Amino acid sequence: MIQALTQLAYLLATGLFVLSLHWMNDPKTARRGVHAGVAAMLTAVIATWAQPHIIVHHGWIVVAIAAGIGVGWPLSRVPLTAVPQRTALSHAFGGLAAGLVGTAEYFLWLHEAQANLTPFRMSAIIIEIILGYLTFTGSLMAAGKLQEIRWIPQRPVTYPLQNVTNIGMLAIAVGLGVALVLNPTAPWAANAFMAIIGLALGFGVLLIIPIGGADMPTVISILNSYAGLSAVAMGFVLDNKLLITAGALDGSSGLILSIIMCRAMNRSFTNVLFGAFGKVEAVKKTGEQKSYKPETTEGAAQVLEQANLVVIVPGYGMAVAQAQHKVRELYDQLKKRGVTVKFAIHPVAGRMPGHMNVLLAEADVPYTDLVEMDEINPDMPQCDVALVVGANDTVNPAARYEKSSPIYGMPIVDADKARTVFAIKRSKNPGFAGIDNELYFADRTWMLFGDAKAVVGDLVKQLSGGSGMH
Amino acid sequence: MHEAPPALDFWSMLFVFMLATFIGVGVIRRVSRLLHTPLMSLTNAISAIAVVGSIIVTGSDHPWHIRMLGAIALFASVTNIVSGFLITDRMLKMFKSDGGRR
Repeated sequence: MIQALTQLAYLLATGLFVLSLHWMNDPKTARRGVHAGVAAMLTAVIATWAQPHIIVHHGWIVVAIAAGIGVGWPLSRVPLTAVPQRTALSHAFGGLAAGLVGTAEYFLWLHEAQANLTPFRMSAIIIEIILGYLTFTGSLMAAGKLQEIRWIPQRPVTYPLQNVTNIGMLAIAVGLGVALVLNPTAPWAANAFMAIIGLALGFGVLLIIPIGGADMPTVISILNSYAGLSAVAMGFVLDNKLLITAGALDGSSGLILSIIMCRAMNRSFTNVLFGAFGKVEAVKKTGEQKSYKPETTEGAAQVLEQANLVVIVPGYGMAVAQAQHKVRELYDQLKKRGVTVKFAIHPVAGRMPGHMNVLLAEADVPYTDLVEMDEINPDMPQCDVALVVGANDTVNPAARYEKSSPIYGMPIVDADKARTVFAIKRSKNPGFAGIDNELYFADRTWMLFGDAKAVVGDLVKQLSGGSGMH
Repeated sequence: MHEAPPALDFWSMLFVFMLATFIGVGVIRRVSRLLHTPLMSLTNAISAIAVVGSIIVTGSDHPWHIRMLGAIALFASVTNIVSGFLITDRMLKMFKSDGGRR
């Protein structure tokens, strides 16, 4: 009887999870999606806990849940610029949970119920722990890089035979896994199991070391997918279809996001994971002296004021400078003058999928003015002013023709097609990736040097001061 | 000792997995690109359904070191559930259409 009720509750939770994601297709219904997700989760937790024939100890459950709430609540209050780190950290927790449950089940059955270690289940356990533990350390590394923790190198770290080492480690882990599936109870089995855990943990670290900031959106999506798949594997181990469905939903979400990110950078999965960006420095630095044309904020404000259509192109620099609120003020000032203002959002702008949208929404920019790259590009020739705020690679025209450039073939926002381009840039040095941006030297481009927040703030002051005079 | 039954219906599990993946792909494809960040934190919270497995391991009549692993896993999952749903809702509250602005 209780078993039927549990299964019924799981069925209900599965349906609610699907609905929850379905409602995310429109910002208007999206919050309903969250409520459905919460309802599903509560149903699943209560149904699992209320099985007196299985759950006999309650103390630790209460303590662990209380601790989880205690840590989870502050983690949900982080500033929105820290959302990529938080996301990476939660992938790490997801991976850890899967890895630990897999470990617990294996040792439990090894000592008490060896008949349970069928080849099928053993394969599922191996997949669960490899994915779980590699996601754990990999996501921790990614979170560390995003948080810019000092002892984790920001730049891609490459060394000779890197790919051979990485793939070799994974191959040894998989090889040991196969051996365990064939002999799950051999005398050496427990040691082999621990070795797999160690290899998976190490592989996760090594996988992320060569990855640079620009690839983070893709990497976070891939780790998202792994975290989901490790939950699926847990479902196979525990014979639990709710885990399988919910994990598969997460896994497919990560997969789709990774595909979108890879397309937006014109790179393949393998290229992102194994083709470190580190080669960049060698290619460029053919330093013929090109010169920037600086412009003052007064001049720029006058041009902005006269425009009909202004397109603002935000990038990671806007997030770093925390300039989104000033950008919103600029948006308001221009709107007041009857200027049409749109934002051009490149899919990989920022450090995770959709990063710019969240920051601008926080600053109260209506989402109806946030336009995807593919939709806004046809309008760019009609655009009077393109204002580039902290974007770099995503507007570099070299992506169209410069075959030697690491970003060759990547779709870009056609900022260079606007009648006038203003680009805000912190210093005159080439950007983080070490690639010169052709856009900055184009005939129609004028540079505004300074911190993005300060420059945009100056523009706002010029515009509001000007209106006060009349 | 209540262990899972030794004979598993793994074929039906594989069917469930395959169908759920197709449903997932179909549903996620239509998610607005605006919402990709909240989508990721939401699916994050959903995949913390690993909480189910963690509760079973923590609460069953197992040796204490096994249950300890379960308790850590449970802590990690609950952290994801709480922070994932709360931050998703916090972000979604910020998305306003033009008409919805003060």
